[in-house]
Amino acid sequence: MATIIGAVTTSHIPAIANAMANKQEQTPYWKPFFDGYPPVRKWLNEKKPDVIVLFYNDHGLEFFIDKKPTFAMGVADEYHNSDEGWGIATIPPVTGESDLSWHIANSLVDDGFDMTICQEMKVDHGLTVPLSLMWPGNDYGHVKVIPVCINCEQYPMPQPKRCYALGQAIGKAIESYDGDLKVAIFGTGGMSHQLDGEAAGTLNRQFDLECMDTLVTNPEALAQYTNMDLVKKGGAQTVELNMWIAMRGVLRGKVTELHRNYHAPISNTGAGLLLLEHEMPVRE
Amino acid sequence: MSQNDPSQPIPGTYLFNGQMAKKGYGLNKMCFSFNEQSARDEFIRDPDAYCAKFGLNEKQIKAIHERNIIGLLQEGGSIYYVAKFAGLLKLNMQDIGAIQSGQSLEAFKEMLEKRGSGEI
Repeated sequence: MATIIGAVTTSHIPAIANAMANKQEQTPYWKPFFDGYPPVRKWLNEKKPDVIVLFYNDHGLEFFIDKKPTFAMGVADEYHNSDEGWGIATIPPVTGESDLSWHIANSLVDDGFDMTICQEMKVDHGLTVPLSLMWPGNDYGHVKVIPVCINCEQYPMPQPKRCYALGQAIGKAIESYDGDLKVAIFGTGGMSHQLDGEAAGTLNRQFDLECMDTLVTNPEALAQYTNMDLVKKGGAQTVELNMWIAMRGVLRGKVTELHRNYHAPISNTGAGLLLLEHEMPVRE
Repeated sequence: MSQNDPSQPIPGTYLFNGQMAKKGYGLNKMCFSFNEQSARDEFIRDPDAYCAKFGLNEKQIKAIHERNIIGLLQEGGSIYYVAKFAGLLKLNMQDIGAIQSGQSLEAFKEMLEKRGSGEI
């Protein structure tokens, strides 16, 4: 059976990719952020997950508002990055895992999560920056990635409790997969930030730290927030915490926090990093 | 944003809802096209012709000309696509954060530092 070995949360902002490309990791501005990552990289290199289920939001590369899926997932064997309009260097293809992807898709729809299922899907910085961060030099080709994309742009968007339930359903699907695979879960984006409007630059350190604590110890309480609560607490794009909440839903067994880092601001955001180890629940 | 608009309850924040998505469709479609270098080049060659191609209204065209980010949001722009227009102008998210919040880039960054450290 497939085993969920743990999870990571991380920021995914484009400025991180630029900082890495320009070798700014050890500059005073970036050092407190990048210094959080070596323990997570070490854990990934030691535990060697075969598959990463990666929750992210598309920022207008693959999806436009002509057709905007609430929840979408990839079922391909390969994904490509592309020009997002800012001249960020594109990165090598991302390897997929179509068998497990289809298993999850089948299970989710049977469970009441009517996913948009994608055989072609351009993946943007929301997915690629975390991979570049975990495997410097873009050395991630050996890891198979299953993209799960949550609408964080256009209202109506799924509420935190629904994202948590989606995560739980994905956890159940992975647990029921016969293949002998080690799976890790990534929740990307966040934390508090606001890009638009006169209130641009909203950031709430205290709230971010509380969310990190609650996510580990009492995720169901965190999932009780509404999107509007998150916007009021931390700014308009704080709804990206939905990817963290979805990730946490997947972990239905025992969770142990191994490492964390928080630094703000990185560009306009609060950047939180968590490494969680997971013991599988007793099979139902 | 009108203070009396019940669909926009948070000051200084433009929630991208159905009304905005409808109003800003052409504007956002144009900015979405800026994912392609050829589209960016075509816009730069003749902005008015490019705006016309996507059916932008007068207010939207004016906001594009004036690089008025708040104006674009008020006219239904989604920050995801407006950010691609900003990128075309060589402005990053901190630049447009400063512009929208009405302060210098230095003041905007200082505000972020203070909020990030928990000082304010």
